[in-house]
Amino acid sequence: MRHVIAVLLENEAGALSRVSGLFSARGYNIESLTVAPTHDPTLSRMTIVTTGTERVVEQITKQLNKLVDVVRLTDLTETQFLEREVMLVKLRAVEQGRPEIKRVSDIFRGRILDVTESSYIVEITGDASKLDAFLNAVGKDNIIEVVRSGATGIARGEKSLKV
Amino acid sequence: MHPWQAPVRNKLARNPVTRRASRRACKEARQLELSGGEILIQSLKEEGVEFIFGYPGGAVLHIYDAIYQQNSVKHILVRHEQGATHAADGYARATGKPGVVLVTSGPGATNAVTGIATAFMDSIPMVVITGQVGSRYIGSDAFQEVDCVGITRPCVKHNFLVDSLENLADTIKKAFYVASTGRPGPVVVDIPKDFTAPGVTTTFDYSAPVEMRSYNPPSVGHPGQIRKAVDLILSAERPMIYSGGGVILGDASEEFRQFCKKLEYPVTNTLMGLGAIPGTDKQFVGMLGMHGTYEANMAMHGCDVLIAIGARFDDRVTGEVARFCPNAKIVHVDVDPASISKTVTVDVPIVGEVGQVLVAMNKLIDENVDSIKREAVGQWWAEIEKWRGTNCLQYDRSGDVIKPQMVVQELWEVTSGDAYITSDVGQHQMWAAQFYPFDKPRRWINSGGLGTMGFGLPSAIGVQLAYPESMVACITGEASIQMCIQELSTCLQYDLPIKIINLNNRYMGMVRQWQEFSYEKRYSHSYMDALPDFVSLTESYGHVGMKIEKPGDVKSSLEEAFAMKDKLVFMDFITDQTENVYPMIEAGKGQDEMRLNPAHGRELA
Ligand SMILES: Cc1cc2nc3c(=O)[nH]c(=O)nc-3n(C[C@H](O)[C@H](O)[C@H](O)COP(=O)(O)OP(=O)(O)OC[C@H]3O[C@@H](n4cnc5c(N)ncnc54)[C@H](O)[C@@H]3O)c2cc1C
Ligand SMILES: Cc1ncc(C[n+]2csc(CCOP(=O)(O)OP(=O)(O)O)c2C)c(N)n1
Ligand SMILES: [Mg+2]
Repeated sequence: MRHVIAVLLENEAGALSRVSGLFSARGYNIESLTVAPTHDPTLSRMTIVTTGTERVVEQITKQLNKLVDVVRLTDLTETQFLEREVMLVKLRAVEQGRPEIKRVSDIFRGRILDVTESSYIVEITGDASKLDAFLNAVGKDNIIEVVRSGATGIARGEKSLKV
Repeated sequence: MHPWQAPVRNKLARNPVTRRASRRACKEARQLELSGGEILIQSLKEEGVEFIFGYPGGAVLHIYDAIYQQNSVKHILVRHEQGATHAADGYARATGKPGVVLVTSGPGATNAVTGIATAFMDSIPMVVITGQVGSRYIGSDAFQEVDCVGITRPCVKHNFLVDSLENLADTIKKAFYVASTGRPGPVVVDIPKDFTAPGVTTTFDYSAPVEMRSYNPPSVGHPGQIRKAVDLILSAERPMIYSGGGVILGDASEEFRQFCKKLEYPVTNTLMGLGAIPGTDKQFVGMLGMHGTYEANMAMHGCDVLIAIGARFDDRVTGEVARFCPNAKIVHVDVDPASISKTVTVDVPIVGEVGQVLVAMNKLIDENVDSIKREAVGQWWAEIEKWRGTNCLQYDRSGDVIKPQMVVQELWEVTSGDAYITSDVGQHQMWAAQFYPFDKPRRWINSGGLGTMGFGLPSAIGVQLAYPESMVACITGEASIQMCIQELSTCLQYDLPIKIINLNNRYMGMVRQWQEFSYEKRYSHSYMDALPDFVSLTESYGHVGMKIEKPGDVKSSLEEAFAMKDKLVFMDFITDQTENVYPMIEAGKGQDEMRLNPAHGRELA
């Protein structure tokens, strides 16, 4: 099962490597990991997307909690939550392909950020499946370069992850 | 004057900086201006540190200079940094206080890694101070630079790279706090050389309590869970108490003994838990696991309620997990949530300090003693006694070669069971665990989780320093002892009268045993060829050596050695090369599928 885990950790040198080291040392899957400081500069917020059996995911959350730099965490998949990822795609855009790509990005509420005679850069925001769907829609042959931020997540409603 | 004491130098009177500081201290609520080196030593003093186990080098020379100028923290000079870590570890295991290590950057730090990992696997509190190159050279491949924080990260509870002189004291304080609370473990503090330089000072203040919002070890267990656990415990008809290192680490043997006495249930210990209940107690059915007793493993297999206290369901204990305690409901008390349901799913988990949880459980048991199913438990005991009757530790004592088990038994006699026993890793370690019943906690000092050969002698140094009046023996093998033999020199320098019991079978016996059972006796590289003459080796280090070859000489030579109260004696016992450790649960087998000593006339129980 896919799990999205949100982590608040001390914004200290080395904190990120403790988390990534934990995943590699214990052989846990890591689909994506994003991290940046929060409005409180002493704290970083991390979103980890991982897959595993319930037992493994339980160990992952326990082992993460055990890291001294981790302040708090929550498995977002246990509640209602929002997930967003940003993707920038450089696409081949020539001749009749140009309007087609423009149309597809409109459908996905994408924005064209850069235009040359032969290419577009499109920005798409959404959850992972939407981003995958966009890539499918434009077709492999048109894709020159893809960069994805990895998922960020937050719980819906009143619930919050804070100190 | 003790040999570890450097000549007294009164720094405060001499150094103008600190003299100024000390004058100011009178005025300004006792605040001192100190250099980083001095701050480190002062911090250790504040923590009540008696000994630092260390080895000097460029990156820690400022610190060594600060050590030289004081007398309250004693420095023990080892001969290899691995020895320093094991010695500090042995000290910690025997006393419960964090062991302290000081090594230089680069090779000093890497040499310490084995000892750090050893302590980590067994949850031993340690503070390891490593020198680092100057802060502005970090990352430049400077002389003797390694990424110490990176190298040690996977085998520490936590580590720090000190980022300024101002944060040094605070970091040391945090290191001690993290190392010794919750599930204990080693903490590394990497200190760049410039932050310990003399003349560069800052205000030293150690009074503020540690505050770490990200680290809050649990203490009391959840009352509802404790209630549920006690209900389950009292409902048991075939109960089994399985305790581990957590009871020792949590200094909770007293509460644990009361718990066992109230219930009168059978008790087994892991290798790390020995001594929580007296090894000679009737209720104790021996160690469990791969080389545990027949009765302990059979009782585990047959129990209906398993009460796991401060134990982590290690693979040496569970055997094949699918076949582990098939009929049991399981209660598990552990301070580390990650230990719970890691390998074996449990029914009633309790996260908390073992001592506090036991106090709460004891109270509830007292209120409900009448609900203990004494009759059913009595029948259960009768079954266990039958298993006990197989006398699974029995071995063939006839013949004119020394049996290693017999040496350990005689050692127990000669020391009245009252020695601190350290060991290395191998068959001798198992025989020590099986044949030297420990009546007290913190008497059995061995590397269980990592299984580090070379641990025995240096750890005995730490124990003997902590308890100079006590008997300390290191049970070792001719292969293991050679991994840290250089520490014989440390023993001479500090007059440590350790007794080394070398069970010399001229084989890496544990390896040979596996090769005999699983590789059709293809003894690939497990024979110890070209052994040194241990007697003259020991003598050249300035100690007493003895070689014992006849069973009849075992006891008298042990008596002779222990009569030399102020001497280290290396006793080289030439033992039976073919002896194996029994019982044994081989890989992939269940707890009820033990291989017994052929002296029993049957292979599988
Ligand atoms: C050659 C060899 C053979 C071995 N054979 C065996 C064998 O036959 N049988 C055997 O048992 N072992 C054997 N071992 C040792 C084995 O590898 C493990 O080290 C051992 O079983 C672990 O013991 P433990 O479960 O008590 O855990 P420990 O490693 O002692 O861990 C302690 C547990 O208690 C918890 N804890 C710590 N402090 C507290 C506290 N204050 N309150 C509550 N909980 C706390 C910790 O979180 C942890 O989960 C062998 C080792 C070697 C090298
Ligand atoms: C540092 C290290 N290297 C290798 C091993 C693997 N190993 C475990 S027991 C053993 C043999 C130990 O031989 P010895 O010290 O003579 O003890 P014996 O088993 O003969 O009693 C070896 C090589 C280990 N545990 N530690
Ligand atoms: Mg040997």
